[in-house]
Amino acid sequence: MNFTLKADHQKYKRANRDGYIAAMLELMKDDPSVVHIDCDLMGCINAGKLAAKYPERTFNAGIAEQNAMAAAGGMAATGMKVFVHSFAAFASRRDFDQAFLAAGYSRVPVHVIGSDPGVTAAFNGATHMPFEDGGLYMSIPNAIVLDSCDYVQTYSLTKKCAAQPEITYMRLIRKGFKTIYEDGADFEIGKGAVLREGSDVTIIASGIMLDEALKAQEILEGKGISAKVIDMFTWKPIDEELIVKSAEETGCIVTAENHQVGCGLGSAVANVLVKKKPVPMEMIGIQNRFGQVGDQDFLMKEYNLLADDIVKAAERAISRK
Amino acid sequence: MERSMTAELTKEKLHDLRVFAEEIRLETLKIIRSRGFGHVGGSMSLADLMAVLYGEVMHIDPSNPRMKDRDWFVLSKGHGGPVMYATLGLKGYYPVSDAYQLNRPGTRFPSHTDRSLTPGVELTTGSLGQGISEAVGAALGFKTQGTGNHVYVCIGDGESDEGEVWEAAQFAAHYKLDNLTCFVDNNRYQLDGPVSEVMSHGKGIGAKFDAEGWHVIDVRDGNDVAQIYAAAAEALETKGVPTCVILNTIKGKGATFAEPVSAHSSQPTEEEWAEAVAAEEARLAAVRKA
Ligand SMILES: Cc1ncc(C[n+]2csc(CCOP(=O)(O)OP(=O)(O)O)c2C)c(N)n1
Ligand SMILES: [Mg+2]
Repeated sequence: MNFTLKADHQKYKRANRDGYIAAMLELMKDDPSVVHIDCDLMGCINAGKLAAKYPERTFNAGIAEQNAMAAAGGMAATGMKVFVHSFAAFASRRDFDQAFLAAGYSRVPVHVIGSDPGVTAAFNGATHMPFEDGGLYMSIPNAIVLDSCDYVQTYSLTKKCAAQPEITYMRLIRKGFKTIYEDGADFEIGKGAVLREGSDVTIIASGIMLDEALKAQEILEGKGISAKVIDMFTWKPIDEELIVKSAEETGCIVTAENHQVGCGLGSAVANVLVKKKPVPMEMIGIQNRFGQVGDQDFLMKEYNLLADDIVKAAERAISRK
Repeated sequence: MERSMTAELTKEKLHDLRVFAEEIRLETLKIIRSRGFGHVGGSMSLADLMAVLYGEVMHIDPSNPRMKDRDWFVLSKGHGGPVMYATLGLKGYYPVSDAYQLNRPGTRFPSHTDRSLTPGVELTTGSLGQGISEAVGAALGFKTQGTGNHVYVCIGDGESDEGEVWEAAQFAAHYKLDNLTCFVDNNRYQLDGPVSEVMSHGKGIGAKFDAEGWHVIDVRDGNDVAQIYAAAAEALETKGVPTCVILNTIKGKGATFAEPVSAHSSQPTEEEWAEAVAAEEARLAAVRKA
């Protein structure tokens, strides 16, 4: 793993989906067994670029996610590496039995891309807003589950997925969100990235919550509190060693996720702490609620996903030491 | 109560329905314009169906949206929400301008129809394929209870890719749900392009419903209120099997920025919005005069 944090995290000029497409164009060029299957949402992630260059390996299954997923499993069983995309809600809830059996249990390389995770589904509203997609995939015993944050990370992780022999699931923010990493960063599945060192509290975040975590770290610094920040882009298998080490160093933990805390990053971290190093812990994320329609800024506020919420959680965790 | 319809509409009623359809189009545009972007294409293709159902066919009472013996309409292609909000508003379920809160924080008018939020919306849709299953369940519920409620549902031609649509079709025929009418908005486009290129439908959506044992009516011009009305009347008369009405419609019909390109969702400029609204106002005035 090797990466450099961008000095200022501002709105990204490149859309994350283009990180996926850029990686796929290289993968498809180098490896004739790599294919992309879509579910009438090619336009949403610019997969037309794949279809233009590799029409014989880019497929549109139509609005039929269950068939697409099981077909991906069957295709993968013949020796192909199959990436399959839909909105995260439909790439998880809608076709879960197929993902579980035809891909997971069958132990074949199906790589699921779920776009618009959590509040990034924004104007598509409740039916399109998955807060449990990561949890569903984490319940598949052999699945790798990722929550990517920006173009650079999406590019790197797409390549890492292609090298995995069994099922992977990556949450993909479609549009440009915030720049976290300088170009050329390389990430290792299963290892958290330490973005800031600190001694009073550790903030473990991923995806759109990283930007809030970094802002929270600055606010805390102003209050004389030293926070460590980790990008835990791999939710499963979770980096136990780093969690335990951070708990030992800082004595308390705050997690931050764009997902239900009860079945996502927070619970995965809690599982480790409870068994190996119990310390006070707070979880920022969706607290057992459904999605709703609205712009992303409103939703971040509505579900208490902002830097201020992380700051308060950090103070609570510290006070419980 | 047994439902019945007159076989043919009077000239006056026909005129009223044509006017209502254009009023729905105009309000649909205004509702989506209030947010600046949205699913214009799949909303505008349905204005004429909405006018016929809510203007003549359905047994409803806008002042009492929960009236026990009302007919139900389910927009299975839930992204067409705005056309439903326009229709319900114009019928008086709420002031139509309420729907200018489309997709705003805390709104009762989300992009996809939601039974918990909007008066007159019976079932929650948005995950394509599910609405027709829910509608089939509602029809079976009414049949089992021996009430006369009729269930109308509308699916998309892209939506018909979903296997669930065909599971619902076999179920409805198996249980002889003649209190169910399914309209197909056959506008020939889905999100990624023409239905024939993205995922074709073999011998056709109508042929598939026919194979499942449904009565199938093909409406040549699905944007013509008289033809839609005649099909709805035939559906009500059909006993022992559910009826499917294929509406051959035009995606984006009437929206100057959407119709020529069969756009699925649109984010036009202010000038394009102004042009579209002016064109629709002119059409409404012309239809009123006719
Ligand atoms: C299960 C599911 N998959 C994908 C989507 C995203 N989606 C919304 S509309 C649409 C295209 C619908 O095409 P069609 O049914 O033809 O609708 P219309 O042309 O009437 O707008 C897609 C893919 C969805 N809402 N639900
Ligand atoms: Mg269509």
